[in-house]
Amino acid sequence: MSEGGFFQRRRGLSPELQDAQVQIEALARSYGLDFCETIFEVCAYDEINMIAAYGGFPTRYPHWRFGMEYLQMQRGYEYGLQKIYEMVINTQPAYAYLLDNNTMMDQKLVMAHVLGHVDFFTNNAWFTHTNRKMLDQMANHSARVRRYIDRHGVNEVESFIDKCLSIDNLIDPHRPHIRREPLRSESGVSSSTIDVDQGRFPAKQYMDKYINPPEQLAAAAQLQTDLKAQASTFPAEPQRDVLLFVLEHGQLQEWQQDVLGIIRDEAYYFAPQAQTKVLNEGWASFWHTQMMTQDLLTDAEVICYADHHAGTVAMRPGSFNPYKVGLELLRDVEERWDKGQFGSEWMACEDVAIKRDWDTGAGLGREKVFEVRKTHNDVTFIDTFLTEDFVRKVGLFTTEYDRSAGHFVIGSRDFAEVKKQLLAMLSNQGNPVLKVTDGNHGNRGELELTHTHEGPDIKLDWARESMANLAILWGRSVHLVTRIDDREVTLHHDGTDFTADGLKVPEQEESQQKVAE
Amino acid sequence: MILNIETDLNRFKQIVRGKVRKELKRYMSSGELIGKQGDKLVSIPLPEVRIPRIRYGENQTGGMGQGDGEQGESAEGGDGSQAGNAEGQHLLEAEISLEELAEIMGDELELPRIEPRSATQLSSERDKYTSISITGPEALRHNRRTYRNALKRQIASGSYNPSQPLVIPRKDDRRYRSWNTKNEPTSAAVVIYMMDVSGSMGREQKEIVRLEAFWIDTWLRHNYQNLETRFIIHDAVAKEVDRDTFFRTRESGGTLISSAYKLAMKMIEDDYPADQWNVYPFHFSDGDNWSAADTKSCLDLLENDMLPRVNQFSYGQVDSEYGSGQFYGDLGERMGEDERVAISRVPNRDGIMDSIKDFLGKGR
Repeated sequence: MSEGGFFQRRRGLSPELQDAQVQIEALARSYGLDFCETIFEVCAYDEINMIAAYGGFPTRYPHWRFGMEYLQMQRGYEYGLQKIYEMVINTQPAYAYLLDNNTMMDQKLVMAHVLGHVDFFTNNAWFTHTNRKMLDQMANHSARVRRYIDRHGVNEVESFIDKCLSIDNLIDPHRPHIRREPLRSESGVSSSTIDVDQGRFPAKQYMDKYINPPEQLAAAAQLQTDLKAQASTFPAEPQRDVLLFVLEHGQLQEWQQDVLGIIRDEAYYFAPQAQTKVLNEGWASFWHTQMMTQDLLTDAEVICYADHHAGTVAMRPGSFNPYKVGLELLRDVEERWDKGQFGSEWMACEDVAIKRDWDTGAGLGREKVFEVRKTHNDVTFIDTFLTEDFVRKVGLFTTEYDRSAGHFVIGSRDFAEVKKQLLAMLSNQGNPVLKVTDGNHGNRGELELTHTHEGPDIKLDWARESMANLAILWGRSVHLVTRIDDREVTLHHDGTDFTADGLKVPEQEESQQKVAE
Repeated sequence: MILNIETDLNRFKQIVRGKVRKELKRYMSSGELIGKQGDKLVSIPLPEVRIPRIRYGENQTGGMGQGDGEQGESAEGGDGSQAGNAEGQHLLEAEISLEELAEIMGDELELPRIEPRSATQLSSERDKYTSISITGPEALRHNRRTYRNALKRQIASGSYNPSQPLVIPRKDDRRYRSWNTKNEPTSAAVVIYMMDVSGSMGREQKEIVRLEAFWIDTWLRHNYQNLETRFIIHDAVAKEVDRDTFFRTRESGGTLISSAYKLAMKMIEDDYPADQWNVYPFHFSDGDNWSAADTKSCLDLLENDMLPRVNQFSYGQVDSEYGSGQFYGDLGERMGEDERVAISRVPNRDGIMDSIKDFLGKGR
């Protein structure tokens, strides 16, 4: 695929850009970055917008939301509101796109930044299980979806995809890294009857007592009974991968299973990028600043660079910029390990003056940041390295909604609060954690999900729409156990009607629903 | 270059059309579309279509910020954006052509297609390069014809040698592309908008008229190749103005409706011969007229002079606080049954859709 289709129209890099690529790659390697082959493409803004709308993959399956995102980006660009400087996808070789009318300084910056990303994709542990041939995989997905569209019609397939997308955040992002108990299948349970004779070896009658001791047979029978008791809860353990559960047990036709599988594959492919947004952008920014300021900038480019970089790491009031926080925190880690500001002695020291001038000359900073990029994701990165001094230095605060004022106000600058808020935002990418707790609710084959309530309530009008879709996928009623306003409630949806234990649910604005012509 | 995205973009545009169809009434009674009207396209502002997912409430989670400020101070910049998992309401601007908009309106309001009235229609001349001539500029030389003629001549004169197929055109072999003038029938219509701008017509009433005019134009433009619009304002006297002035002027003083009708009649007689033009006078007022005598002269003028010359005369009465609404009753009493007259009352913005249906539902 990499040589066919979209990329046949590839425009070669100009000699100037080729030279820059060679120079920057050599430079990056000299700093210790370790990246796979990276192919840069030069694109016009409408092409880069298209690729961005497709999440970096020009070979995605057809769906209206890509068209909508494209339209938004086109408008944004045409009105001068936004511009996509760069994009890189996690494949081998990695593809990166450069905007054709960027200045040379921008292109160098983007190349340096992109190599940071590619190094991260290649080495970070959370990306170990991603498919590096995703470009081909996406093309396969596309071919399959197109085939189903030919067979079943665009409306049917599209509305099915809409329903799948509606629950595509209900996955288990850690799944690729852990081998969990295999699911006991429903049919497997019902067909296994307790067989007292199981485990009995063939033996002549007079030897039977010795070859098959009765107590051992009894134990085997007991085990069977236990297993069956366990299996009567289905799934045996709450399962976070709702998509997989529906895929395996929902009432779906074959093509529907395949489409749901496609949506699930893609959700898992993109999950590590969402898990490492802060660290990944921080890492890439860390290296573009290093390379640009130390090696690549010409005198004439300094002002433009400073302007561009300031724009990248600017935190607008009230918004959180992963570039800024990631970059600053990595620099902080490097400085601390260079000066030896870690370990029990450092922790035990309470004298501010001593701490301020603390420098053991350890010089371990570079080594440490490379270790961080290898092993951490956003949650562990913030959890391990965010310090009180850092929060104060950078000026982080939490924001909260002031009902009376009707807007967000500064909540707290307290270290514990800031850290808690950051971690809450980054855990599970800010999505509520839902688990399948019962696949045979009320012995009617209905689906029960339980929300692990961690503070914020879920949004009821959205939950209603989503549950409606889930009920259709599952084929029977769906129940969601959660807490709203400190009260445990169970939401029900049977595909047409929604009840919420007497709670009042705001109508979703009709204008936001999709009505195809 | 055709990008892969075209299919998805078109699919999305279909969704946009579906939305417009569904919410036509809202779009018809608000001015959103009109400000964004271009030559052939209108921009339609609509909220981003979102795929529902189970997620946290926006105001529940709080967010992160950075910078100066005391606890409790506003943490929002000018644009009120917020961090984290809350997404603001994104407005999309999708475009839709006036042609499509007219079709959607036609479908939803079940408007019949208009049968152009005049039998002998206005025709326009168009030149098309469809013929061949023996003279012309070299730039239009038709090589194939030229060589074919040369070949014919050479064969006829016996100077053609098949073993050495050399064809040399002479001057009289040359042929040139040439044009024919074709008469193509076109249908033309003129809309004459008349509006009472006396003191009793307020801002809201004018806005309603403006919206009505937009939809009337859209529909008639869909039905006629050429559409002209003329504007007349009147209080006690009438005068012709341009579109902008029409919607902006506010006069005080009395109302003589006949003044407007007389001016419209003069316009029709001077500029729009009946055999070439479909004429649509629209009159909007709040129903006040100076005197019963003037009303009578209006109705006489309508009945005797105007109606025989026009496709349809439409009267829209926009309810206002001050207007008596008398004219509506007078007109309806005398000509309510007449095929050529459409009268409608617009109590408020929500009435726009129904009144458009009253006006355009006759298919005249």
